Parts: sequence; C-alpha cells; structure tokens
Amino acid sequence: MLPEELQDKLEHDIAAVDHPKELAVDVMFALQDHYGYLTDEAVETAAGLLGIAPVEIEELATFYTFVYREPVGKYVIHVCDSLLCMLDGSETIEAHLHQKLGIGAGETTGDDLFTLLPVCCIGYCDRAPAILINRKVYGPLTVESLDAIIDRLRADKD
Amino acid sequence: MTSYPKVLLQNRKPDRIATIDEYRESGGYTALTESLGKVPSADVRQTIQNAVLLGRGGAAFPAGMKMSTVPEDAPFPRYLVCNADEMEPGTFKDRVLIHADPHQLIEGMVLTASGVQAEKGIVFIRPEYESAARILEREVGIARDAGFVGKDILGSGFDFHIDVHRSGGRYICGEVTAQLNALEGRRPNPRKPPPFPTVKGLWDRPTLVNNVETLCCVPHILKNGADWFKHLALTETGAGTKLYCVSGKVNTPGCFELPMGVPLREIVETHAGGMRSGGTFKACLPGGASTGFLPKEHFDIDMDFEGLKAVGNRLGTAAIMVFDESTCLVRVTCNLIDFFARESCGWCTPCREGIPYIKDLLWRIENGQGEVAYLDMIDRMARHLWNAYCAFAPGAAAPVQSLLEYYRDELMAHIEGGSCPFDK
Ligand SMILES: Cc1cc2nc3c(=O)[nH]c(=O)nc-3n(C[C@H](O)[C@H](O)[C@H](O)COP(=O)(O)O)c2cc1C
Ligand code: SF4
Ligand code: FES
Repeated sequence: MLPEELQDKLEHDIAAVDHPKELAVDVMFALQDHYGYLTDEAVETAAGLLGIAPVEIEELATFYTFVYREPVGKYVIHVCDSLLCMLDGSETIEAHLHQKLGIGAGETTGDDLFTLLPVCCIGYCDRAPAILINRKVYGPLTVESLDAIIDRLRADKD
Repeated sequence: MTSYPKVLLQNRKPDRIATIDEYRESGGYTALTESLGKVPSADVRQTIQNAVLLGRGGAAFPAGMKMSTVPEDAPFPRYLVCNADEMEPGTFKDRVLIHADPHQLIEGMVLTASGVQAEKGIVFIRPEYESAARILEREVGIARDAGFVGKDILGSGFDFHIDVHRSGGRYICGEVTAQLNALEGRRPNPRKPPPFPTVKGLWDRPTLVNNVETLCCVPHILKNGADWFKHLALTETGAGTKLYCVSGKVNTPGCFELPMGVPLREIVETHAGGMRSGGTFKACLPGGASTGFLPKEHFDIDMDFEGLKAVGNRLGTAAIMVFDESTCLVRVTCNLIDFFARESCGWCTPCREGIPYIKDLLWRIENGQGEVAYLDMIDRMARHLWNAYCAFAPGAAAPVQSLLEYYRDELMAHIEGGSCPFDK
C-alpha cells in the first residue's frame, strides 16, 4: 500500500491531465522512488492509478534505461562508456569502480549502497570521462577524484 | 581570434543561468511583445521560411516549411513539442542552451506556437538532464507570472501552456514519431508516416516537433528579420549561427557559437584550442555518431549543411568529434556500433539483426581475429541497414560505411597484422 500522501498526490496529478497515460513515466518514477525500484506491486499500482493493464506498464518498464525492475542501491552510478568518454579513459574509470566497489556491471554492493550501470553518452562529453550518480553529473574524472566522491558518499551514510 | 557576433549564447555565464531580467535587457521578449496578436501567423511562418532556418536536431528540415504543413483547418488543440532528448553521442548544445538562457527557449516556443496556433507546449527531456528540467519548470513559472506564458498572453487572446515531460531514457525517443509514442505513454517505437505529425500527431492532433536550438533561433529572427539571420552565416548557403560541440582530441572541448559555415580548421585550431598534445588532425565525425568520418583532406571544409552534403556527409547535430593520428578508427567505430546495438529499439529486423552482426565482425577485426572476407560482409549488411523502419539504422551505417570507404588500409592493417596496430 502506498502512503496516503503519495497516493493522493498521484491521483491529483492524474486527474489534472487530459490523458492519464501521458504520466506513465512520472508515475513509474514516483513509485520507484518510494519502493526503491519498480516492484511487482508497483507495476500493479501504477496500472491501477492510470487505468491501464499492468502489461502496458511492463512494456514501458522494460524499455527505459532509468526504470529499474530489480533492487538498486541507494546510489545508482551510471558510467558513460560512449565514444568521448572511452577516448578519455572510461575503461579505467569503470575498472576502478569494479575494483573499489567489488561489483561488476549491473550489480549492487552488499551494503545496498551502490549500483553500477554502464550507459550511453550522457550529454556531458565536454566533461569526459563523465558519470552520473543519482542523475547528478561528475567529470572530468580521474581515479583520484572518483575515489574522493565515492569515499564521501560512503561516509555520508552514517 | 576572429570574434563573431553572439546570438544564442550572448547571455551565457560561466556559473549560472541568465535571469528573466537579464534576458529582457538583452532584448528578450520584445519579439513576443511586438508580434503576439499583431502579426498574423502566416507572416510568422513566412519570416521563418525566408530566414532559411534549417532544423538543428539533425535532419536539417526547413522550420518554416514544416510549420506550413499544419493544415489551416486542422483541429484543436494543436501541440508544439520541444525536442530536448539530445542523446546523439557528442552532442550537448541543447543542455548548454537551457542552462545558459532558458527564457530564450520559452520565448521561442511561444512564438513558434503562435505561428501554428498551438496552445499546448511540451518539452521532452532526457532523464540525464534533470537539472535542466528543473530550471525549465521554475523559469516557465516565472514567465507565466510575467504574463509571457499561459492564458491570454499579454492580452493578445493567445493561450499557450508549457509542460516539462521527463523521458525514461532511450536514444530512440529523440526520433519524432517515437517521441510521440513516448509522450502518449506507449512503448516508444517509431511510427511510419503518413500521417505526418503536423497533420496527426499527439493524440491525433497536429503536432509540430522542433529541436531546442531551432526554437531558440526564432525570437531573434522575428526581432531582427530574415535577412539579418541569413547574413550571420559565412557561406551563401548557410543561415544563422550554429552551436558546434567540439570534443575528442582537442585542447579545449566545448560548445561554441559560431557563424554557420565557419571552416572546420578554424573551429579546431582556434576555437577548440588546437589539437591535444601536439597531435595532428586525422579525421572527425562532423555531426554526431550518425554521420560518417570526414577525412583530413576535408580539413578546410565550410561547416554548413550544404558544404557537408557536397562531400557526401552531413552536418547532423554539428557535434564534431575529433581524432588524431594516434586514434584507432576501427576502435572508434566499434564503440559507435556498440552504442547503436544497445539503443536499437528492436522493432525491425534489419536493425535488430544487422547491427549486432556488424558489431561482431568489427570487434573481431579490432581484436586481431579478422579476415579479409569480413569487409564485404560488413559492407553488405551496412547496406541492408538502409532498409530499416526508421532513420536510426542508416545513422548506424554511416560511420561503418565511411570506415570501409576511407580507412580500408587501417582495417587491413588489423587483419594482416593480427592485432590492433594502435595498441602499444
Ligand atoms: C534515432 C534518432 C534520434 C534523434 N534524436 C534527436 C534528438 O535527440 N533531438 C532532436 O532534436 N532531434 C532528434 N532527432 C531528429 C528528429 O527526428 C527531428 O528531425 C527533429 O527533432 C526535428 O526538429 P528540427 O526540425 O527543429 O531539427 C533524431 C532522429 C533520429 C532518427
Ligand atoms: S531502425 Fe532500429 S530503431 Fe528504427 S524502428 Fe527499426 S529497430 Fe527500431
Ligand atoms: S560520450 Fe560520455 S558523455 Fe558523451
């Protein structure tokens, strides 16, 4: 069950638009923020709110990069591996993250803090190599600056 | 350094966005004040057409002409969608525009909408640009409070609302017809026209889709006139200024506003600070990942749509990715084809099957397990990509086909040497 406040807000937003389905991505994002990822229950809830079949939500959820159908960590790290970042060392950045966090691409650390996802060009090629952490950009990165960022996020959790 | 007039980025600041007051001080919202409710929409369209404003989203379609394809008697509500998906690798100008001067885009949307009598505006924005989405939401509110957006704008009787729509994130959502599906909450595979979106688009209503940069040009054209705009370009064939995103092996990558048609050499050597570490220019992709390699014999080319067309290439998004003699172009193409393989929407077979096929062969060559026969196999499959359902797959074919055309020696060196000659 959703908290009443979130339920009310979503119902209110949906009532305010001409076509409920246009809010499908927003609703998925809101539920994902609440549950931590788009759970099976969230798929059902989203469908109910929007008045469509769960499979229509699933069609979208399985298409989009930023919708997670499996649990993710508190911080989702998107590592750009497209051309400009590659030329400027994204492979080193990615390898360093694997080693430092002890996880591979698509995995989450045991303490549920970090998830690592390689992605296409994030539109910050002037800051290559670049990554996003929870949609905030960092770059141009070096191994040292990356260490500092990760260490700070780790320290923040307490 | 030659200095050129700044138009779109005249209010750009190193660390913050321009406020509505700063935008107005630079002449912002005068076009809107002077034309809304006063200039007939047909005249707005005609001025844009006379200015030869070509779409900045990659396809270079004339913006005024596209506006005219909305039928006079088309039903309401009509929509204007601002395409801020910007997922073409190497391209980041729309992000710069929104962060520099958001009201320029807002005014551009209102004016463009007035040309087709659209009352609903939507900015479609990629999730990686969350900060830009928030800026726009806030600044649209400020514009509404100032009377420039919303109901009965400045007492003109014209209504126009702007909403920000966040994408779930996929490259194909930048393609117009896929974007319409995305906006309707459907799985964003492309649709094949007809009907064209300007006739039957969002929710079966006429929908004009334009790129951020295209829309940002509109207030300046209406304020200063079509001739002024045309004369901003250095070439006869060009019009306006252009945001060139330069990246790769240059000293100062960035987004530079320069006259349309400025020579490539000048962009690289002067504005982007020259080649990095004293390297020499080998090639570039002149307009994003969906354009072909432009070899060094064209280093003096004029960078406008016609100039690149004349050499069988495209200006695309004008995202110039620069490579030097130490760059392995086979490896570059492998990276691009990885991108296309990952982002294919999977709807049609030539793209879904063809791109991974090329990817496999190209990586074998890069890894030193190539065979001469692969070159023809890649070539044949690249030609099949042109039969795909949308323009995505021909875009993927562009770097591959130009690699075969201009850099066969480099491919052969990989095959004959049994390894990548650039690996040291
Ligand atoms: C695969 C693909 C991706 C595209 N991505 C974008 C994009 O991110 N932004 C954009 O403005 N145009 C993009 N386009 C071009 C649009 O389809 C369309 O031509 C453009 O948005 C129209 O605006 P304009 O006429 O102002 O350029 C893409 C096209 C294709 C085929
Ligand atoms: S060409 Fe590719 S992206 Fe376009 S419809 Fe076919 S599968 Fe989808
Ligand atoms: S290639 Fe990494 S941000 Fe564009």
